[in-house]
Amino acid sequence: MNAPVLIDTIGLGQLIKLLQKKGYQVMGPTVRDEAIVYDTLDSINDLPQGWTDEQEAGHYRIKKRDDNAYFGYVVGPHSWKKYLHPPRRRLWRAEQKDGEVDIIPESAESTRFAFLGVRSCELHAITIQDEVFIKGPHVDNDYRLRRENALIIAVNCTQSAPTCFCVSMNTGPKAESGYDLVLTEILENNIHHFLVQAGSEKGLELLGELDPRPAKESDISKAEKGIEQAAQQMSRSMKTDGIKELLFENLEHPRWDEVAERCLSCANCTMVCPTCFCSTVEDVTDITGDHAERWQRWDSCFTMDFSYLHGGSVRSSTKSRYRQWMTHKLASWIDQFGSSGCVGCGRCVTWCPVGIDITEEVRAIENAGSKTSTPSQGGKE
Amino acid sequence: MNFSEPDPMVPQPYKVRQIWQETHDTFSLDLEPKGPSLHSEFAPGQFNMLYAFGVGEVPISISACSKNGDGWIHTIRDVGTVTHALHQLREGDTIGLRGPFGSAWPIDESKGSDVVIMAGGIGLAPLRPALYALMESRKNFGDIALLYGARKPEDLLYTDEFESWRGKYGVQVRVTVDNADRTWSGNVGVVTTMIPRVNFDPLQTVAMICGPEIMMRYAVLELRQNGVSEENIYVTMERNMKCAVGFCGHCQFGPAFICKDGPVFRYDRVKPLFSLREV
Ligand SMILES: Cc1cc2nc3c(=O)[nH]c(=O)nc-3n(C[C@H](O)[C@H](O)[C@H](O)COP(=O)(O)OP(=O)(O)OC[C@H]3O[C@@H](n4cnc5c(N)ncnc54)[C@H](O)[C@@H]3O)c2cc1C
Ligand code: SF4
Ligand code: SF4
Repeated sequence: MNAPVLIDTIGLGQLIKLLQKKGYQVMGPTVRDEAIVYDTLDSINDLPQGWTDEQEAGHYRIKKRDDNAYFGYVVGPHSWKKYLHPPRRRLWRAEQKDGEVDIIPESAESTRFAFLGVRSCELHAITIQDEVFIKGPHVDNDYRLRRENALIIAVNCTQSAPTCFCVSMNTGPKAESGYDLVLTEILENNIHHFLVQAGSEKGLELLGELDPRPAKESDISKAEKGIEQAAQQMSRSMKTDGIKELLFENLEHPRWDEVAERCLSCANCTMVCPTCFCSTVEDVTDITGDHAERWQRWDSCFTMDFSYLHGGSVRSSTKSRYRQWMTHKLASWIDQFGSSGCVGCGRCVTWCPVGIDITEEVRAIENAGSKTSTPSQGGKE
Repeated sequence: MNFSEPDPMVPQPYKVRQIWQETHDTFSLDLEPKGPSLHSEFAPGQFNMLYAFGVGEVPISISACSKNGDGWIHTIRDVGTVTHALHQLREGDTIGLRGPFGSAWPIDESKGSDVVIMAGGIGLAPLRPALYALMESRKNFGDIALLYGARKPEDLLYTDEFESWRGKYGVQVRVTVDNADRTWSGNVGVVTTMIPRVNFDPLQTVAMICGPEIMMRYAVLELRQNGVSEENIYVTMERNMKCAVGFCGHCQFGPAFICKDGPVFRYDRVKPLFSLREV
């Protein structure tokens, strides 16, 4: 869209102030409860400077870095969906008077969010949720408004976690589109620079107010090197060629029984996943019974209630629930929304209390080939 | 169809014009829109989300258009919390309604063919508007058969209409029950046993089936053995459903969302999952 420019730490601080002045609520990474989470940023001081995260299947820990990088972590338990598709929200209220019922829609949300520090995989996750809530035959107006109002400042990854596999999913580590601004952090001798590029008119306008200086070839190549490093560090992978057919042909594979023996059906994976969108509703009344409300809240296909039909749940076994989740993510999502439902962020791997790894589950089914059971589990029922 | 205006998640107020008992546990609700009618068109097979004040919302098929065309009739079995609250409604009460949603029975596609309708229990409710549509332009269709099964004679719906369906429209209505005492003089046995007892040309027949999954499985099997092709068999699927517009994720059946891709499906499109458990 335009030539990349350079800002320094002061510029980054100014960017946050500028967004606030323009009426945005700036959301971004910050350290809280021993994790890097997304929350309101008052200033640059709220960023997790000098922190990183250590991740493995079933393992997450933050630790101090040797340097003072601002964006030297990967992804944490939060994702931006908590702002665009909130965990709990009221859909409408109703009043009952003399047998008459008045249904009052919720007035549309008007908060204008600026997201600072959106990773490439997360940009893809947002686009995927757009498909669900605004690109279908019906439109979720609340989501649409939040989305249209949101300003997105992406930050390219210059390191990856052992749980990442965005390269396999074609979703990173370099942010290619879907942002207003994209930053790449360049840190040399503890001196900070951010290579910045606009991806929209809004972004270009912001840049104009920041007074950046032009970037040199060498700045650009340093940034590129950082991103390359993130890609090269990536040790996890998933083969996506023909994955839909692979899973659909193996719905009765013995591996589902094996994974079900470990899975606690705790729903962590669905809560942390940036694309999981399922919700349920709660109907409440006050003590007089004349005032009723309907609330929507995140739900998970791992709960028993999720598939409840009068008389019992359709998916009563953990096996069927894990199978539903994984085949939805990696196979039926493609039919429904034209892309995979997984962006390779690795959150479900990290935050699974027993360390179940979606890439390993795919590989197990792939390696065993279709229809045949794994010999080691021969006698299992 | 696009219901983005008004908000597809917000119910519209409807008034109970009439409520009556169909059987010991099943009743019908005639609902009329309050204020200007938004749309009273629907396609046979579609359903509405009915909201009982403060209790909850459930998917219920449209079982007929209201007499004067302004509103819809729903036939509901009282099985749990929300359906019970709907059962308690009285004439003049207000409830919330969203819809209609979902896919329809293949009425136009059946022109020039014989039609076999197979229903189990409450499954006749979503099929009744299909029957009405067939009867309304009777000459466009060949032989029409309704094979209807229920658990007991007292569970049978719409029995007072059968004579007119038979006499006036020449529909071959065959009824059976699983269990009955000696006062019952009709058939006892599963609904599939009646297939050989009605006339239809298997090579030119469209079949529409709604009932418990197990009943539909046997019905498909039997029809296939009689030579009806997979592309001419239509079934319905039921799953938990919270939003009816594809947002909540609850009603997924493999790649399909029952609320927008269903509830009526052409059999060959759901076949791979149809016989699997816990999908
Ligand atoms: C497309 C569609 C059309 C339907 N048409 C009719 C109809 O015409 N007549 C009729 O009597 N019934 C119909 N049903 C079934 C009806 O929706 C359930 O009987 C009803 O939801 C039970 O709710 P409850 O609160 O009374 O029962 P409970 O057992 O108390 O159920 C608790 C909750 O679980 C969910 N639930 C339970 N059973 C079902 C179910 N079968 N389908 C979807 N959600 C369920 C609902 O959210 C319900 O409120 C239809 C279902 C679907 C999916
Ligand atoms: S399935 Fe796992 S790796 Fe894929 S997007 Fe969701 S949380 Fe990330
Ligand atoms: S896969 Fe892991 S995180 Fe997901 S439900 Fe099972 S135990 Fe919980």
